[in-house]
Amino acid sequence: MARLRVVRPGLQTTVQDLGRYGFAHFGISASGAADPVSFRLGNRLAGNPEGSPALEMTLVGGEFEFEEPAVVAAAGADFAATMDRSPFPPWTSVQVEKGQTLCFSACRRGARGYLCIRGGLRIPPVLGSASTHLFSAMGGYQGRALKKGDLLEYAPVRTGAPPQPARPPESMIFGGNPVRLRVTAGPQLDFFPPEARALFSASLYQVSEEFSRMGLRLGGPAVTARERSEMVTEGVSLGAVQIAGNGRPILLFVEHQTTGGYPKIANVISADLHRIGQLRPGDQVRFEFATLEDAWSLLQEQEALLRSLGQEDA
Amino acid sequence: MVTVRFASDHSIRVAFGEGISPDCHREVRRFWALLSAENIGGVLSLHPAYNSLLVSFDPRVTRGPELLETLQALVRLPDRFPLPESRLVEIPVCYGNPMGPDLEQVAELAGLTAEKVVALHSGAEYLVYFLGFSPGFPYLGGMPEEISAPRLAAPRRQVPAGSVAIGGKQTGIYPVSSPGGWQLIGRTPRTLFFPGQRPPTLLQMGDRVRFVPISPGDYERLKSREEAIG
Repeated sequence: MARLRVVRPGLQTTVQDLGRYGFAHFGISASGAADPVSFRLGNRLAGNPEGSPALEMTLVGGEFEFEEPAVVAAAGADFAATMDRSPFPPWTSVQVEKGQTLCFSACRRGARGYLCIRGGLRIPPVLGSASTHLFSAMGGYQGRALKKGDLLEYAPVRTGAPPQPARPPESMIFGGNPVRLRVTAGPQLDFFPPEARALFSASLYQVSEEFSRMGLRLGGPAVTARERSEMVTEGVSLGAVQIAGNGRPILLFVEHQTTGGYPKIANVISADLHRIGQLRPGDQVRFEFATLEDAWSLLQEQEALLRSLGQEDA
Repeated sequence: MVTVRFASDHSIRVAFGEGISPDCHREVRRFWALLSAENIGGVLSLHPAYNSLLVSFDPRVTRGPELLETLQALVRLPDRFPLPESRLVEIPVCYGNPMGPDLEQVAELAGLTAEKVVALHSGAEYLVYFLGFSPGFPYLGGMPEEISAPRLAAPRRQVPAGSVAIGGKQTGIYPVSSPGGWQLIGRTPRTLFFPGQRPPTLLQMGDRVRFVPISPGDYERLKSREEAIG
């Protein structure tokens, strides 16, 4: 077994897969890649099943030394990577030789990038998944973000590059500027009077510094629920838009608390969830209401596009 | 009146009532047990709470309207499905300083002695309504109202794992070290969250809980035994 040595970990680099499902009744949210679209494509570029364990980097990437040859691919936000000081192209598979070092710097647009290694990282699954759940220190590499000197195992591969899916359109990954997030009605939409709903969908919101895999606090106009709107704590969905006491939205993300007591005005549609993973502090967001039927057909279109990206160059 | 509605394009909320009551919760538990046994394709997770159950699904795998119909049909089934067995779990707690730094304040607010707060807290039997917030965190019902205490104005950045706390009319136990705004009255040496195991938590929805006061010496002894078992 070959090892990947962490020379510099980056801001928050974790092992992820597509999540740990089926444990919500124990209070465990699914976790998994913050931008699963880029993650899946990255794995396909590396010649892996879409859910193979890979590294997720956040805002500032890391530096990694390969003990043995490998076939790797970088996907997601562009971290201006270099291999032994030469530019390293993202969205394609690259042969790495024994002893080479791959260095990611900071990304200028988006927030998360993926480093996928052919054969996948060898990470013992916890409750069926390799994904790191930082809040509960579970899964991934010792339940935490990587540190300098960590050694991650992979199977050394020397043989040729797999078929290359085409690069996805940027708009699909990032969702434009301002970032458009389409939402359906949340379970407590009727807590909010029509003028509050109108304000919510007409306003630009800004991603604050409180941004994590658990959730993102947004700044912008306060949206106020009707008086005496009280609810008891209930289960929450990935991508729910909670309105906190101060009237500002909180986007619940991959490591969200599994229950919440704030009203949920809306919920980001499945086809746009991966864009939350590319939001960075300062980004502008606009919410746009859609019907459930639209949400499902947009998801089908997106899945069809992802499949076609894989076939064009095969 | 049961309602079955979409909470998003990937989740359905089944609500059995509006308030918090053991009767309503029995319906939640019964339906949770039924759905767990049904193992419906495309369903990713089930999240029970006080009076509702959130069913998350993968819309790539299952069509939302079909799943909604299935759930509506299952909800109408007569209550034939047996309620899962309810266990009684004893949680040893070392009350007061240094493990429960807010006990004196809770007592003062309630106009009671610390001993009386401990007697009331450990004298009641609690129902685990559900686990939420963080892995293994039990939402417990049944705390005597006399010992209610407001949440802290500024939450602690780090509450030690095992801390037993009061927040408003509720009491709970922090399974993992995390931020928290409830008042800490003691700590248990028991581990509540075991990441690698199945089930991964000590408590489960529907369990009954009793808190048993122990001395600091007992705490240390039980804690080292717990760590030895690992």
